[in-house]
Amino acid sequence: MTRPSDGQRRQMLVDMVSARTQSQRMWNLQRQGQIGTVAPIDGHEATIVAAAHALDPAHDWVVPQYREPLALRRYGPEVLEQFLLYNIGHPAGGHIPAPIRVLPNQISLATQLPHAVGLAWGMTLQDDPGVVLAFFGDGSSSQGDFYEAGNLAGVLKAPVIFLCVNNQWAISTPVHLQTAAESFAAKAAAFGIPGVKVDGNDVDAVYEAVHGARERARSGLGATLIEAALYRLGAHTTADDPTRYVPAEDLAAARRNDPIAILRSRLEAEGLWDAATQSEVESAALTAVDAAHERARTMPLAPDALLDHCVSEDSPRLARQRLALLAEVEGTR
Amino acid sequence: MNELNMLEAINECLHAEMARDDRVVVLGEDVARTGGVFRATDGLFEKFGEDRIFDMPLAEGAIAGASVGLAIAGLVPVAEMQFLGFAYQAMHQIAGQVARLRYRTQSRFDPAITIRAPFGGGVRTPELHSDSLEGQLANVAGLKIVVPATAADAKGLLASAIRDPDPVMFLEPLRGYRGIRDQVPDGEHLVPLGSARTARPGTDVVVIAWSHQVELACRASDRLEKEGLSVRVLDLRSLVPLDLAAIAEAVDACGRVVVTEESPQTGGFGGEVVATVVEESFWSLEAPVIRVSGFDVPYPVGMVEDLYIPDEDRIAAAVRRVLEVA
Repeated sequence: MTRPSDGQRRQMLVDMVSARTQSQRMWNLQRQGQIGTVAPIDGHEATIVAAAHALDPAHDWVVPQYREPLALRRYGPEVLEQFLLYNIGHPAGGHIPAPIRVLPNQISLATQLPHAVGLAWGMTLQDDPGVVLAFFGDGSSSQGDFYEAGNLAGVLKAPVIFLCVNNQWAISTPVHLQTAAESFAAKAAAFGIPGVKVDGNDVDAVYEAVHGARERARSGLGATLIEAALYRLGAHTTADDPTRYVPAEDLAAARRNDPIAILRSRLEAEGLWDAATQSEVESAALTAVDAAHERARTMPLAPDALLDHCVSEDSPRLARQRLALLAEVEGTR
Repeated sequence: MNELNMLEAINECLHAEMARDDRVVVLGEDVARTGGVFRATDGLFEKFGEDRIFDMPLAEGAIAGASVGLAIAGLVPVAEMQFLGFAYQAMHQIAGQVARLRYRTQSRFDPAITIRAPFGGGVRTPELHSDSLEGQLANVAGLKIVVPATAADAKGLLASAIRDPDPVMFLEPLRGYRGIRDQVPDGEHLVPLGSARTARPGTDVVVIAWSHQVELACRASDRLEKEGLSVRVLDLRSLVPLDLAAIAEAVDACGRVVVTEESPQTGGFGGEVVATVVEESFWSLEAPVIRVSGFDVPYPVGMVEDLYIPDEDRIAAAVRRVLEVA
């Protein structure tokens, strides 16, 4: 049993509280029309934060789906900064700067899983000792890419960790309409890799599972599928109204298992956390997200930026389109 | 110079590129131990070993998707789709991911990915082995589409494709693998992407073609020469990037244009070529442009496929028709 240290658990709560605070601020910014669609983090914090803390940011890659970035504070402040830039719709938002080992958000569900396997495999071929952790949801597990990636990882013994964040809902579709399998972890059997299901509201359980999967991957034994079971406490996104389909009693029960409340009460009992700490962390988180929003809002944007980085060099046709666009923009000034 | 068929030229290029750059890795179905179902990758496994060339599980989406990850890791994947029609099962990765890796990461990663695939009909394959998808792929921004018609170009263009920092769909004419033979330069041979080639000189009509249709267009033109007609054949060599200047030059010189392709007509790349001719050289045209193509049906089964594929007769008939306008 590998448990995180007191220092790590405290830092995890800092990251969890920061993520929720920032997510709620982003929800409000979206409602004010200042940023685009937001997928709230509420209920997912323990799983994402504990997974990140079981990794080594200097060596291990994180391959997100799209809900995770606010909880990846461990990978550096640039992740938050780029997330706001991404969210506001700036083209540079997808460029998480080197050497940060985080890929940009992936909207096309499960397509990131073969990328994660290829990346892990490529690292092995170059004697890079890191591992790759890929997040995906219960809904994404229905995609062909999940099965193709799992199978390939099994065959290659690729150092990859598939972390299925089972929040019980794919927008409005409940888990029992997503699969007839007894669990998502059970699907690992088809790939010839271990599958483990953990309580996704418990940082210790998630940390231990990811730590174990990482050790296994680093020793050449290959991939692991982890299912972290939790409950989505908010809407799917700012474009969703969960009151249409989430049973109120289920939500109320889930709120009694709020991962932040659980860890906070544990740490308070151990003397590692108090109300003053909570308020300091919330305040710092708000300052950081507001600064990231301000940076995003004021980031320069060239008039022809939308044509950049499609290919390494403009084709004759794209070069003409660029001139036409610039002339058009010039003409409207 | 060596006389090689197209397969031999491709194989020679793969050997040379893997020797030149140890970041180049080859992956696909049956590419390693048996050297590919057409032997395009023959001998690579023996020479470079199991850390450079990989027999993959039968999942085209994973082949394309893993290539994205390999590229992010800094390698230069050369993936094979056993047949281009099988790439339908990878289209979500090719169009949705491979093509836009550079754009969505704003060039943090170089998607230096080459995807090779044989395509085109005429060899009585089962379903989905002969489909021409170049038009569909050309509509995906971010992909380069390379379509060699000769063995020499196959070698020179494939080397350029592998060295290119952008993703390249390298489409090889199945019927030309052993049927097309020509003189191939020894040693390093690079043909830049985006430069068309005059496959045959002529002044009355230009037939614009790519891949195996180039050879058919040349044969039709040889026949028409006996009727006193001077027909130029322009081999596009790559559809993206498209050599706008070469198209304009040929159309300005000849004034009459036939475009031929094997895919269904509606939405085919031939329409893009016609649009380019109109944009670049409308005032040079002496007659409406004529398109020759497959029909608007799925690629058919063996007993009827000869009727589907544009042949020398159809191309020659189109040339005569484009000359009927006074």
